[in-house]
Amino acid sequence: MRNIWVLLKKEWYGYFASPIIYTVLFIFLLLSGYFFYSNVAYFSLMSFQASQWGGDFNLTDWVIEPLFGNMSVVLLLLLPLLTMRLFAEEKRQGSMELLLSYPVRDIELVVGKFLGCVSIYALMLLFTFFYPVLLAWLGRPDIGPFFTGYLGLLLMGSAFISLGVFISSLTENQIVAAALTFGLLLLFWVINWATYITEPPLSKIFEHISLITHFRHFTKGVIDTADIVFYCTFILLGLFLTLRSLEIQRLRG
Amino acid sequence: MIEVTHVSKWLGQRKILKDISFRVEKGEILGFLGPNGAGKTTTMRVLTGFFPPNEGSVKILGHDIVQNPLAVKQRLGYLPEHNPLYPEMTVEGYLRFAARIKGVEAKEETKRVNTVIAECGLEDVRYRLIRRLSKGYKQRIGLAQALVNDPEVLILDEPTIGLDPKQIYEIRQLIKSLAGKKTVILSTHILPEVSMVCTKVLIINRGQVVAEDTPAHLMAREGQVEILVKAPIQTLKQHLETVPEIKEIKIQPESEYVRAVIRSSPGLDIRSLLAREIVQQGWDLLELTPKRASLEEVFVQLVTEEAS
Repeated sequence: MRNIWVLLKKEWYGYFASPIIYTVLFIFLLLSGYFFYSNVAYFSLMSFQASQWGGDFNLTDWVIEPLFGNMSVVLLLLLPLLTMRLFAEEKRQGSMELLLSYPVRDIELVVGKFLGCVSIYALMLLFTFFYPVLLAWLGRPDIGPFFTGYLGLLLMGSAFISLGVFISSLTENQIVAAALTFGLLLLFWVINWATYITEPPLSKIFEHISLITHFRHFTKGVIDTADIVFYCTFILLGLFLTLRSLEIQRLRG
Repeated sequence: MIEVTHVSKWLGQRKILKDISFRVEKGEILGFLGPNGAGKTTTMRVLTGFFPPNEGSVKILGHDIVQNPLAVKQRLGYLPEHNPLYPEMTVEGYLRFAARIKGVEAKEETKRVNTVIAECGLEDVRYRLIRRLSKGYKQRIGLAQALVNDPEVLILDEPTIGLDPKQIYEIRQLIKSLAGKKTVILSTHILPEVSMVCTKVLIINRGQVVAEDTPAHLMAREGQVEILVKAPIQTLKQHLETVPEIKEIKIQPESEYVRAVIRSSPGLDIRSLLAREIVQQGWDLLELTPKRASLEEVFVQLVTEEAS
């Protein structure tokens, strides 16, 4: 446990000393702020019209749900940039050799790096708490979907990160790691499209292994254990594959 | 202390280490020599648990490095070949990280970090970013990192590379001061360093051990004698060639005398024999100087013998 904490702190050191984290944070806040603003503006326009002609509008359907949907796409683009350096940089610099000579278990190394990145990601999400606070101050939104939405974002983002950690352990080139992570995440994202061109049971499988399908419930304010189990399984699989990849590389030299 | 038995290592299709065995006792400083590509770094990587050997075993401090790596690694200090550091960290921040990850207790941490900073002469750069420092400082940070957990076994891959002469002197003194207390394996290309610092030398070539001895023995073993004789050059040469103990003669006239450099079989003192031979022939022996081969000569000799 202590080693995990030491390694996590080291990752923080690495992130905040490099310009990547500031760039990613800036882009993330810029885009999510823009989405928040345009969703709220559109909602106020539509609700103004609805007050004249009638209709059912609420903040959950018109602001919160699309906001989380948009944020998840931005994260799909940005999180590979946070995970790419985790192992690739250590290998390129040669510090992996030194790290492996320290009394650290592989699992501590992997979990330390994973949690280091997840904590940075949680910090990114923390900055966006500004939006629900603003909404609660100005209007009367249903707060529940915000909580479930953030839980969903955290779980889904962690799943992205665990895949990113695995890919980063395969290469010593950070660009390759980022591109591959992004490509695979996108594939896992849109794989539910295959639902329309296949028959059950295959179409069911495609639907349920998609990263987005499980996220939608969270944005609607629903916590389904099936979704939580899916993301946790995805995370554990990613970490397990990372461990295996380190072990294989160690044996091959 | 360190016991390497019949270690072989394949990397891809190439067999880098071929059945290497050696021992290092507590308190010894082993100079680890070999031409580039001989397998020095691979051996060190096996010793530090970077990868396991394909055959054979490595025991350090009584523990097998493959079966019980954590027990070994806690008491190990390693300075890898290219001295990888985290450039974005400050010197102190990095050493604190190294101390914690190597299992130094929280209350000991500050004390240990201060000790290695003093030992390696890093006081002036303590709060600076590693990225901004010169190669000499970086090398000393690498060494400080290796020493921070007060290890019983130190493995150093070319520790004095990139240092200026004064720093080289200081680092050598530091390593020398460890003799008797810690077990050190030191790989280097600077051969005088080995004769200065090491108590034992191991030479490997093409993945095999070609020599394991003390520096003094190694140098004595390739003993040479230089003589200055008043004698006809041809007869002298022919006569000396008949002496079985003599392996090689280099002979040349020097004004009215003849100067010859004679190499004997390893580990043989031929000075008295040589003097007797010359006097018996009625020649005048004017000079007889035993010449110890430098470690460079021994090294080149061993490595080329092996190749041919």
